[in-house]
Amino acid sequence: MNEAAIVVEGLRVFRGGNEVLRDLTLAIPRGRITGLLGPSGCGKTTLMRAIVGVQVVSDGRVTVLGHPAGGKELRSRVGYVTQAPSVYDDISIEANLRYFQRLYGAPPARVADAIATVGLGEHSDRLVRNLSGGQRARVSLATALLANPEVLVLDEPTVGLDPVLRAELWGTFRQLADAGATLLVSSHVMDEAERCDELVLMRDGVVLSHSTLPELLATTGAADVEKAFLQLVRRNEDA
Amino acid sequence: MDPRLTYATALRVTGQLRNDPRTIALLLVVPVFLVAIVKWVYLDQDRIFQRVGVPLLGIFPLTSMFLVTSITMLRERTTGTLERLLTTPLAKMDLLLGYALAFGSIAVVQAGIVSLVAFGLLGLETEGPAIAVIGLAVLNAVLGMAMGLLVSAFARSEFQAVQFMPALLLPQFLLCGLLAPRESMAGPLEALSNVLPMTYAYDALSRVARGEDFAGRVAVDTGVLLGASLVALALGAATLRRRTP
Repeated sequence: MNEAAIVVEGLRVFRGGNEVLRDLTLAIPRGRITGLLGPSGCGKTTLMRAIVGVQVVSDGRVTVLGHPAGGKELRSRVGYVTQAPSVYDDISIEANLRYFQRLYGAPPARVADAIATVGLGEHSDRLVRNLSGGQRARVSLATALLANPEVLVLDEPTVGLDPVLRAELWGTFRQLADAGATLLVSSHVMDEAERCDELVLMRDGVVLSHSTLPELLATTGAADVEKAFLQLVRRNEDA
Repeated sequence: MDPRLTYATALRVTGQLRNDPRTIALLLVVPVFLVAIVKWVYLDQDRIFQRVGVPLLGIFPLTSMFLVTSITMLRERTTGTLERLLTTPLAKMDLLLGYALAFGSIAVVQAGIVSLVAFGLLGLETEGPAIAVIGLAVLNAVLGMAMGLLVSAFARSEFQAVQFMPALLLPQFLLCGLLAPRESMAGPLEALSNVLPMTYAYDALSRVARGEDFAGRVAVDTGVLLGASLVALALGAATLRRRTP
């Protein structure tokens, strides 16, 4: 149980001739919410894609729950929500969920549960193309919740959501983690940091720090995550 | 591979079409409309109508399924749903067969309606059984689907995907023997027509219309169509990459 859910060793990824991840090493603990923070373009999405096994990598190794990332054993145990909602526009919310429920082999009752969890209970028969951007993002999130995955990789799941719903979703993430799931949640909004058990700060394809929020603030002497991030960037550049 | 996942995918794809009644209407009505026009054009030359009618019935599904599949699959690629599907337990073959099942069943309805109208109302005649015409039409639909799937990998936008239709299907239509006997074509054209799948679709359908039985050339043609579908499907499967740059 103590062993990490996700282990990344010496990961290098090139995209369009640029080195997006530069010899990155990281271990994500089980049963906790780890926040992946950093400015847009720092490699967060690429790292998440490598973890779910859809990214071509040049070097290094990614292991999830003891298996190579993207392996067959992992496909119903790892949930992934992309930044842009990846759902079918021309069918209803329920039809989308029903399809993924069948793919994951999840119990049919989970469909209604997942829709309720993301706060779309009253809209389940609406076509996805008639929903707002935030609602579509929630449908996309609901499809990942269906399978009750052991590892949930969420790429900016709360962007553009209203604060009430955001708080509710973080409550859901907390329940999942309490039940033993491992969550990796990316954000470029530093104020979501306080909701995470651990923080990974990234910049230019490398990990600047990996610690809890209090530890981060203590070691940098900064008042908040934003300032701590600046401190770490300066320290890195001086070194 | 898991037949339940194949079936779930077929249900999802037909669900997408069901919510798009205009596309369904176009799929079902346009072939009928076109056959009626052909009938009218050759009103005084029934011999020509009888020669081209049956092959046309079988070629419509190929064209429409080619278009519908290339656009649907292009959307899967560009909206990120394909990437997501490939992180689930769904195997690539489940996805492809799900598409084949969905579009194959639509082709049955499409070919059924246009055959009913052509044989029942427009006086089209076939020496061979109408069911063989419908069967070949469905096989052509699967071939069109497999080709559409393949070209969707080479299109960056829906504009490009649509342009593949005249680029890949019109030459086959011109050379398949429907407009002019292939023997009368210039050598290089005839040679080219020998390697184009629609040639075999036309050949099989016109032989069935003339009442040739299934053995012999019709069986060979059917085998070629089946083989071409499998090759296109396999090539299409190779373009579905779990890991992308």
